[in-house]
Amino acid sequence: MDFLHSLNTEQVKTDRPEFKAGDTLDVHIRIVEGNKERVQVFSGVVIQVKGTGVGKTFTIRKISNGIGVEKILPLNSPFIDKIVKVKEGKVRQARIYYFRERRGKSARIKEVKKGK
Amino acid sequence: MDVILGKKLGMASFFGPAGREFPVTIVQAGPCKVVQVKTVEKDKYESVQIGFEPKKESRVNKPLAGHFKKAGVETLKHLREFRFEGAGKVAVGTQIDVSMFNEGDNLLVSGISKGKGFQGVVKRWGMRLQGGSHGTHESHRGPGSIGQCTWPSRVWKGKHLPGRMGNDQVTIKNIEVLKIIPEKNIIFIKGSLPGAKNGILKIWKMEV
Repeated sequence: MDFLHSLNTEQVKTDRPEFKAGDTLDVHIRIVEGNKERVQVFSGVVIQVKGTGVGKTFTIRKISNGIGVEKILPLNSPFIDKIVKVKEGKVRQARIYYFRERRGKSARIKEVKKGK
Repeated sequence: MDVILGKKLGMASFFGPAGREFPVTIVQAGPCKVVQVKTVEKDKYESVQIGFEPKKESRVNKPLAGHFKKAGVETLKHLREFRFEGAGKVAVGTQIDVSMFNEGDNLLVSGISKGKGFQGVVKRWGMRLQGGSHGTHESHRGPGSIGQCTWPSRVWKGKHLPGRMGNDQVTIKNIEVLKIIPEKNIIFIKGSLPGAKNGILKIWKMEV
């Protein structure tokens, strides 16, 4: 049991910033194509953070060429190089599913300004 | 020899070397000792009996202590017999550990599934539910008809009916080894395995 516990804690990456639904992130994802490897930045709004420990995942959404794109990513995945928190959003729900129906002006999230 | 005994420690989420996430069962496999070897000449079939996990000598009764003494091994908690070709040539007292495995090996794992108690036909045999409404009354999860009429005037043997479920031997084939930690005698096996935590598993390495 101790081994299981240590395995679960070992795999948790400590360099991930704390974030929640409504925040805007830049996620640097390593993409392997054949032998080549490159880093792609996926920037969008966090819709939800789900789970705990190693299995923690988050859903991130952006509008790409007018089409909504969502990615569900394991927070501790080795494919994620780094996560940069761009904006801290002010939302009332822990899972902002309503955000999917919003377009244009209504698809804005109030920013939490630090130091106020 | 390609067999070992293991103990299921539990399940976890594991990021493999390529970065993919897998559900894994963590098994403590061995170290085991061969306690008895059965040969065709003596026992009419060949097999090995393998012991796993040390047990205090004072906890073992005299006949069993004698059995271990004869083999020249320490007293062990779990004994299981494995039948395979060439088993009669194995030496008594041989130590078996996880070093026999390589990452990517396919295994055959056998264990006793969790007992489910007395279960109905829907859970036990996967029969369909009857209607929740539309005139159905007092029979939503029943088996329906269980046979014919004048002939055969009885219920066929082996008819799927409610009863005890689980606590059976379950064998899983072609299950992959993802990681081995030799110093801790631990192997990571992809997917789920039968039985509860701390259950004993019989593990065979499958021929490629």
